[in-house]
Amino acid sequence: MSQFQEKTQIIRIERFASDIVRLTLDSPDITSLAQPGQFVMVRTGNSNDPLLRRPFSISQTSNGKHFQILFKVVGRGTSLLAHCREGEYLSILGPLGQGFRVDCQRTHCLVGGGMGIAPLLFLGKYLSRKCTSNPPLVILGARTREELDPLVNDFNELGLSVHSATDDGTLGHHGLVTDVLKGLDLGPNCQAYVCGPHPMMAAVHLLCKDRGYACQVSMETSMACGMGACLGCIVPVERGGYAHACCDGPVFDAKELLWQVK
Amino acid sequence: MASQVNGVDLRVSIGTLSLRNPVMTASGTFGYAREFMPYVNLHRLGAVVVKGISLEPRSGNPPPRIVETSAGMLNAIGLENVGVERFISDKMASLQGIPVPVFVNILGDTLDEYKEIAARLAGVQGVSGIEVNISCPNVKKGGVAFGTVPEMAAAVTSAVKAESTVPVVVKLSPNVTDISAIARSVEDAGADAVSLINTLIGMAIDSRSRRPRLANVIGGLSGPAIKPVALRMVYQVAQAVSIPVIGIGGIETAEDVVEFMLAGATAVQIGTANFVNPRASEDAVEGLAHYVAEQKLGSVRELIGGLILP
Ligand SMILES: Cc1cc2nc3c(=O)[nH]c(=O)nc-3n(C[C@H](O)[C@H](O)[C@H](O)COP(=O)(O)OP(=O)(O)OC[C@H]3O[C@@H](n4cnc5c(N)ncnc54)[C@H](O)[C@@H]3O)c2cc1C
Ligand SMILES: Cc1cc2nc3c(=O)[nH]c(=O)nc-3n(C[C@H](O)[C@H](O)[C@H](O)COP(=O)(O)O)c2cc1C
Ligand code: FES
Repeated sequence: MSQFQEKTQIIRIERFASDIVRLTLDSPDITSLAQPGQFVMVRTGNSNDPLLRRPFSISQTSNGKHFQILFKVVGRGTSLLAHCREGEYLSILGPLGQGFRVDCQRTHCLVGGGMGIAPLLFLGKYLSRKCTSNPPLVILGARTREELDPLVNDFNELGLSVHSATDDGTLGHHGLVTDVLKGLDLGPNCQAYVCGPHPMMAAVHLLCKDRGYACQVSMETSMACGMGACLGCIVPVERGGYAHACCDGPVFDAKELLWQVK
Repeated sequence: MASQVNGVDLRVSIGTLSLRNPVMTASGTFGYAREFMPYVNLHRLGAVVVKGISLEPRSGNPPPRIVETSAGMLNAIGLENVGVERFISDKMASLQGIPVPVFVNILGDTLDEYKEIAARLAGVQGVSGIEVNISCPNVKKGGVAFGTVPEMAAAVTSAVKAESTVPVVVKLSPNVTDISAIARSVEDAGADAVSLINTLIGMAIDSRSRRPRLANVIGGLSGPAIKPVALRMVYQVAQAVSIPVIGIGGIETAEDVVEFMLAGATAVQIGTANFVNPRASEDAVEGLAHYVAEQKLGSVRELIGGLILP
């Protein structure tokens, strides 16, 4: 599999909510190989603080040259990234991991929560081009309207309509994406693609299992290398032992994972 | 760039093995080398050390297994590996194809396990050397790490040595009172070289949740944060033994390599830096060649132990 370590230029910075940023990076090599659900490892500075790269999903690609990452500021690394300027260069490794597996015969349902929406935009674009006869249904959740609006717009621009849910009720359903999903009948042939906080993915997995939908989830773990060398990024699997999120995933068939539902 | 540094003599020897240059990759940080092929010209490296192999497969510790700390990281992987049989049947083929010496890092819970793994690896094509990780707890001696008691370290060394046809490097634990004493005892037991340091035992706590950041509670500290400790230990061990010393700990650049060689190392291993810059090992070789050329040295070996004391 081809991967690159590249210095990529930041060509655009968008700020959504106060702590949500989207970077557009110029990288023909990574962009042309990227598949929906794959990720990159980003060096957020040049010093030893932070030392390790940070993983981010590839959120969208355009004209074979540019890709975007969408992230929330949660700590040192993301804070440094949020303070980058247009024209600066970032060291990126990618594209990494196994992305979403798509079968156009199915009906598709995208379920994203918070920053988990990031990879679903890329997937939505891919599905709307590749599986033209059955466009995906999209359900997105976030804390508040400010955070969700720009992303809903992006899906709308692809010609996809979105069911929204917000924690504070400022946009769409006042509550969880799983409430929205419960109210929809998607037929037995449904394939759900889910990315978001762990409890949300666990809830969607259980709902899908109940209804006989297939379900793919994108898992977040702590990662040191992103390429199968450190063995840090494990997720427990149903058959016993562990899988490695960076190279066996990050996208897994939800049935293969061991869900510790509390 | 490579052409400018051609002709610079970077060769070093570990036991009977001659390395193209002193830069190796550290166990557990370079996978089985194949993972790094998109980023590194493997034939530029001195040698590769693969992830630690035990007799039986191990699934390792529960998550989270890694956490970043100031200028370093803690890991509690728990020595996850496929076991020696599957290592030979599944991993060796691709390792045989790579154009540099391969050291297989081994570990065990008992003396017999070390012995058996070494026996199983003897004569396997593509294995150029054995690196013995003695930082593991000795199950029969109540969990005291082999590497912390000179007699136990020596016993492991002679057991492995007796089974091996290739050079045996013993990898020392820094979590001891006197690392020189351990180094001397493994030298006496027949080790062809020593490598140091393995990770320093450490811990990280999340003040908000009041929980340890690693599921295993404690883990091994690596990265730039440990370099001064590693350098000091290499310096001390190099005075204590006459076999080659392989320096490990926080090495990122050619300058770091030079520092370890001045302290007495014959070769070095690059670990955590591979995660930050997968090309770190190759970059270090290139930088080292420039340094040797710029300093007009006859060979890189002139650096070994070349520290000028006050
Ligand atoms: C495959 C993959 C894809 C990802 N894609 C995205 C993305 O598209 N957008 C996005 O915003 N984030 C994404 N993440 C999460 C992102 O990598 C982390 O938010 C980031 O590493 C935090 O770095 P930091 O230095 O700012 O925070 P740190 O200082 O490292 O941590 C700050 C806080 O965040 C928590 N944290 C750190 N890493 C993670 C993590 N991986 N998951 C959950 N909590 C974490 C820490 O426990 C701590 O409480 C992804 C993670 C993975 C594994
Ligand atoms: C994720 C990880 C896994 C490791 N696994 C092993 C191992 O299997 N066997 C071993 O002898 N050392 C192992 N080590 C220790 C390294 O080989 C090295 O001794 C240590 O990390 C110090 O070097 P560094 O600071 O350059 O990383 C591991 C280190 C890390 C970070
Ligand atoms: S992140 Fe290192 S093995 Fe997956």
